[in-house]
Amino acid sequence: MQTIISPLVSHRLCLAPAVPRYRLPNIYHRAPPSIRLSNHRSTTSPCLFSSAAASRDSEMATEDVQDPRIAKIASSIRVIPDFPKPGIMFQDITTLLLDTEAFKDTIALFVDRYKDKGISVVAGVEARGFIFGPPIALAIGAKFVPMRKPKKLPGKVISEEYSLEYGTDTIEMHVGAVEPGERAIIIDDLIATGGTLAAAIRLLERVGVKIVECACVIELPELKGKEKLGETPLFVLVSSAA
Amino acid sequence: MFAAENGLKGDPRLEAISAAIRVVPNFPKKGIMFQDITTLLLDHKAFKHTIDIFVDRYKDMQISVVAGVEARGFLFGPSIALAIGAKFIPLRKPGKLPGKVISESYELEYGHDRLEMHVGAVEPRERVIIIDDLVATGGTLSAAMSLLESQGAEVVECACVIGLPEVKGQHKLKGKPLYVLVEPSGLDEFC
Repeated sequence: MQTIISPLVSHRLCLAPAVPRYRLPNIYHRAPPSIRLSNHRSTTSPCLFSSAAASRDSEMATEDVQDPRIAKIASSIRVIPDFPKPGIMFQDITTLLLDTEAFKDTIALFVDRYKDKGISVVAGVEARGFIFGPPIALAIGAKFVPMRKPKKLPGKVISEEYSLEYGTDTIEMHVGAVEPGERAIIIDDLIATGGTLAAAIRLLERVGVKIVECACVIELPELKGKEKLGETPLFVLVSSAA
Repeated sequence: MFAAENGLKGDPRLEAISAAIRVVPNFPKKGIMFQDITTLLLDHKAFKHTIDIFVDRYKDMQISVVAGVEARGFLFGPSIALAIGAKFIPLRKPGKLPGKVISESYELEYGHDRLEMHVGAVEPRERVIIIDDLVATGGTLSAAMSLLESQGAEVVECACVIGLPEVKGQHKLKGKPLYVLVEPSGLDEFC
């Protein structure tokens, strides 16, 4: 499995921290080989790194140097083999939430990216999107719109069905939560096949909202989820080989 | 205890929060006036007030853990945790958390449900607050407290945006303080 690390990244960024930032039993140690550090994931990657570089300290000389916060975030995510079923390497973000610095940095990276882009809606997919979306929404002055499994939202909803490996699933959004012409980002913890995010995009587009970008903490690039998003760009912090 | 009785009497933020919550009659079943906080999340100012009130209360109480109950506790807990420098621990329905978990069952009106937490997420003697959007009977919060206390953590307080009439006048839940911002909103029909 190839490791994607830009040759311009300073060597210190490739090293996992010597001491975990939180004291947990050994079961919480991550499997480092499963996590690759992502430099850039969206098709607008130069743009992404220009803005990231511009907002950083002047010590960062080149645009292609990875933000040092990314390494810490990547190393705070643990991988659980064979969950929810054999063969799946589950990317567990709960350990990221236990690392106050890493969680703060995760939100800061998204906020820095979206704060001056006229975004009035942050949509988050149940349930892990509910963890990252609201802090971002609050920081950039946007509404938070939950996108939920069927029958959880009370009152009038619109739904969108999407395919699973076997069968289909549905996500729902409240009628009237968003207005035509609003600019939105969609947040989830992870993009795998892209089915859920694609359904979320369709739901928002049906009511006339412009989706500026989809944003996830983790991407599983081998599953090619990005291809399901059509014209909508994707921004992720970490790529995983799992 | 309600915020208005505990230092925030007349605070206009409480009124804004209350006004932003909509009531949906007969959901999920007939006779229930569902307190829908999604409209609060659409009102950026009111949502910010909600978080600010909790943060102001907890920031100097040496809280190192905010535990949030799936799924609506996830909407409020992380923002509070980030602002006070605490960890966020999700308490989830069965089968959602990977790896080693402990679980606690609690009663519903008909039947039971279970709440799970990761082993090792909280350490003994850590000071914890538990967040949910609403407290009715207190069954879910009690289960949450049991999970945390079984790991040696100290539950300092349970905090909810809305408290149903059953809890009015109660300052404690299973011996621990309960802090609530508002009572259920009026009967305006939005849908």
